[in-house]
Amino acid sequence: MSLTLKKNITRPFIALFAGLLLAGILFTAAEAQNPTPTDNEVNAVAKQLYCPVCENISLDVCPTTACAQWRTLIREQLAEGKTAEEIKEYFVANYGDRVLSTPPTRGFNWLVYILPPLIFLGGVFLVYRVFRSMKTRKPEKPVVPPAEPVDLSQTDPYLAQIEAELEQHRKHGQ
Amino acid sequence: MVSNFGFGALAITLVVSIYGIFAAVYGARKNSLAWVESARKAMLLTFPLISLVALSIIYLLVTGDYQVQYVYNVTSSTMPIYLKVTALWGGQAGSLIFWSLLLSAFASAVTLRKWDRDREFLPWVIVVALVTLVFFVGMSLFFENPFVRFWQTAGGAEAVAMFRPAGATDLAPFDGRGLNPLLRHPGMIIHPPMLYLGFVSFVIPFAFAIAALVTGRTDDRWIRVTRRWTLVAWLFLSLGLLLGSRWAYDVLGWGGYWAWDPVEIAAFMPFLSGTAFLHSVMIQEKRGLFKRWNMVLIILTYSLVIFGTFLTRSGVLSSVHAFSQSAIGPLFFGYIGITFAVSLALLLHRWNALRSEGEMHSLLSREALFLLNNLLFMGILVVCFWGVLFPLISELFTGQKVTVGPPFYERSTGPLFAGLLLLMGVAPLSAWGHSTVKTLGKAMWKPFIVSLLVPVLAFALGVRAPMAFVAFWLCGFVALITLYEYYRGVAARHRKNGENVFLALWNLMGRNRRRYGGYIIHLGVVLIALGIIGIEMFQTETQGTIPPGGKMSLSGYTISFDKLDIFDTADGRNVARAVVSVERDGKALGQLYPRRDYYYDSQQPMTIPGVRSTMEDDLYVLLVDWEPISSTGVTFKVYHNPLVNWLWLGGFVFIFGTLVAAWPEKEPEPVRVSAVNRKTTSPGVQSAD
Amino acid sequence: MTSLPDEMNTQEHSRRLPTWVVGLAFAALVGFLVLVGLGLRRAQSGPITVGQNVPPFSLTTFGGETFNTADLSGKVIVVNFWASWCKPCEQEAFELEAAYQSYKDGGEVIFLGVDYVDTEPEALDFIKKFGLTYANGPDMRTKISQMFRIQGVPETYIIDREGKLAYVKKGPFLSTGEIQSVINQVLD
Repeated sequence: MSLTLKKNITRPFIALFAGLLLAGILFTAAEAQNPTPTDNEVNAVAKQLYCPVCENISLDVCPTTACAQWRTLIREQLAEGKTAEEIKEYFVANYGDRVLSTPPTRGFNWLVYILPPLIFLGGVFLVYRVFRSMKTRKPEKPVVPPAEPVDLSQTDPYLAQIEAELEQHRKHGQ
Repeated sequence: MVSNFGFGALAITLVVSIYGIFAAVYGARKNSLAWVESARKAMLLTFPLISLVALSIIYLLVTGDYQVQYVYNVTSSTMPIYLKVTALWGGQAGSLIFWSLLLSAFASAVTLRKWDRDREFLPWVIVVALVTLVFFVGMSLFFENPFVRFWQTAGGAEAVAMFRPAGATDLAPFDGRGLNPLLRHPGMIIHPPMLYLGFVSFVIPFAFAIAALVTGRTDDRWIRVTRRWTLVAWLFLSLGLLLGSRWAYDVLGWGGYWAWDPVEIAAFMPFLSGTAFLHSVMIQEKRGLFKRWNMVLIILTYSLVIFGTFLTRSGVLSSVHAFSQSAIGPLFFGYIGITFAVSLALLLHRWNALRSEGEMHSLLSREALFLLNNLLFMGILVVCFWGVLFPLISELFTGQKVTVGPPFYERSTGPLFAGLLLLMGVAPLSAWGHSTVKTLGKAMWKPFIVSLLVPVLAFALGVRAPMAFVAFWLCGFVALITLYEYYRGVAARHRKNGENVFLALWNLMGRNRRRYGGYIIHLGVVLIALGIIGIEMFQTETQGTIPPGGKMSLSGYTISFDKLDIFDTADGRNVARAVVSVERDGKALGQLYPRRDYYYDSQQPMTIPGVRSTMEDDLYVLLVDWEPISSTGVTFKVYHNPLVNWLWLGGFVFIFGTLVAAWPEKEPEPVRVSAVNRKTTSPGVQSAD
Repeated sequence: MTSLPDEMNTQEHSRRLPTWVVGLAFAALVGFLVLVGLGLRRAQSGPITVGQNVPPFSLTTFGGETFNTADLSGKVIVVNFWASWCKPCEQEAFELEAAYQSYKDGGEVIFLGVDYVDTEPEALDFIKKFGLTYANGPDMRTKISQMFRIQGVPETYIIDREGKLAYVKKGPFLSTGEIQSVINQVLD
């Protein structure tokens, strides 16, 4: 449940909130000391991890033996009462940052999050400049005289015809 | 014998292609029609030559000549004949030949067109097509030769070589290793050719763009000539992506259709820039704007095709879909460097000739909205590009591998896709040249009001997630506006000509295929979005182990495990097949057969889900594990995927719309106003190319 | 990707593109190509090739003992990557142990078993099952395997007395004799 929730959010602070919520839920679950964690509890953690043996496939669906062993490990740690965050930390410490589905936000990895928005903003700026430069420039020749409210028929004589028909019909109806 | 023949044909292709390049360049420089004609003949000759190469490979595959390394690697005697034939593109070496074959076919087809008014383009189009061909054929010839064979040297050692080493004898393994079982799916038989077709056909618009840059004929002629080619390329690319998603859903057993895998993204990136290009060329045609940007987009698309192919084939990226490590990396890299640099140099050389002819007057005009559309597509492209490249960069600079997985892409592209949907609703109603808030509002308010009913309906049906309301509203809004556009056109025809609704619709679409085909594509996108929203926001899953007769429940469904059969098949599989009964609200809905196939020859297991599919939702059951001997307990994983079928339905609508837009016009090509004299307001005359 | 939206720039007034724009566009292209080229080179050969110095690394065994290669100069180090889930690793486990036994008393050859992407209980079972007595430890944060850029397990790397990589084997050894012969070559 928490995962479907996590998928549809886009803003980081909601993500953070959901993360805290998720941690909270799992923490209370762990407090209850579930002796044998269910497959669903294991998968909920496994879904957030990537095993280096099957690259780009999340741990909950990877069929290799190595990944099956990892899931067993998650089950054991859940049974010990560890939270999802603690388990993830354990995996990162043992197998490196690559087990996380996205690079952790520190050091060099900031680049992955910063660069696309920067380039996008650059694009926005360029588009803005294009608009500005085009609007301020004096048209050499009068283009479409905007006498009437211009409509989508502007460039298509056939649609212009349709528009005229509709207009006529409207007047007729009144 | 056949190997040598195929190898010979391949070598001759290379020679003919190289000759064609020189003849075309010389002919263009000396303005000699005879030389250009000779280059054209060379171009046309490559197609039968590569066909012979491909036929040789197919012959070897079908007859099972396992002395040939490629045949040994991708086929085995138990494979049915159609899989042996399609194994042509099942491995690196064969698929490169297939690439060349398609490229040669497309390039030959384009050289056969009437060139009357575009004579000056011809030699340069040939040059670009042949340079690309030489590169691919060269790769086959020198690095990934499909005809390499096994030999036993005099010393008894095993050798792999094209020709018999001195004193060596034939070494033919008894049987081949067999095609990767993941690729033995009907979807996999057509998916790669579609992707390759899409990739290859983008070479044609690119070739014309380069020809326009070289000759300096920088009006929009190159765009008009290649408009249909671009649409065809886009059609195949879309089909390839859709089939790939369907294959992933049916075969990979992830419960999903798209994993944001680097190889998937490599195919998706040219689609993004190609889609931006399809929209942006319309601005140039109608308003004479953004000539430079269109050049950038087509060069970008071609570069992404080549770069994507490089990423998946050179071993730079590791992925489930990637071909194995290979020696073609450096050569490919060199080719990328040269083509990118030459394209960039040409573009900058003609920079001033590519000035815009018109102006933009309103932020709400169609061209302005198209520009925003381009911005969003480029935004998604940047996210994808950076996400694919970052692990490589991170490893270079920090020595640590990182995973850039689905959450990264979903979070960063989600809002951009939503923005695109919104634009898809607004843009068709805005006019070229001018639109104001007033005109746009006037055109839009009716569908807008009606669309507000969609979130209300969603609430009534039990939707509670806030983002889902926005998403559903967007879908409803776009669909209503598009349908409203149809309604207005049909209604007008109906009143004016007294045509009945269907005839009116038919004629309406016939009169402006690109516009109304485009609207159908938009409707397809809405349906696809609906499917994606369903599975992304509302998917639920559960996993559990149950004994025979045991039950599991998920989202109102209950499945019960009836039995498990384990048996061998004639084609070399060991199948474990579970029988599962599905019921909902106490009503039996039938049985599902999730299974696990184990392929003996390649020692790979494959998980095939049992799926109960309706327009409302899919119940997707996977057989995860079982007790080996008694089969008393079986582990199932069950996914509930709401609305996902709309995705596939949307795919059909999408493809249909593209066909409508790309279908050749009936009328002969009308005499066109010379593009140079064309006023910015001239009607958009349809060309027949 | 050659140069992103710069091209959209419509500098209609200027007759010519400024040189710096052209320079920047090509610099961006070259930068991109260098990145991809380095990535390709790394993918193809890995950062360490035979004859090159191996950067020092340390391995902490399951028993808690730490081996630092920097302290082991003058000795030949056999680095074997393995995992409990890897079938071919089982093929060579006995042979590796036998080879280790033959060099143990000489003290000139150190065996380091690096356990790649594995879980501790299974790894310990594996060590017990094949009676491995040489140093075995987990590859924490997959640092060592990334340094060697292994493509799979088993893989074996032999480092000579000067700390240079002397030999690479991808896939399992077939016999104790094979292991001994390559080690002897490095020892001489």
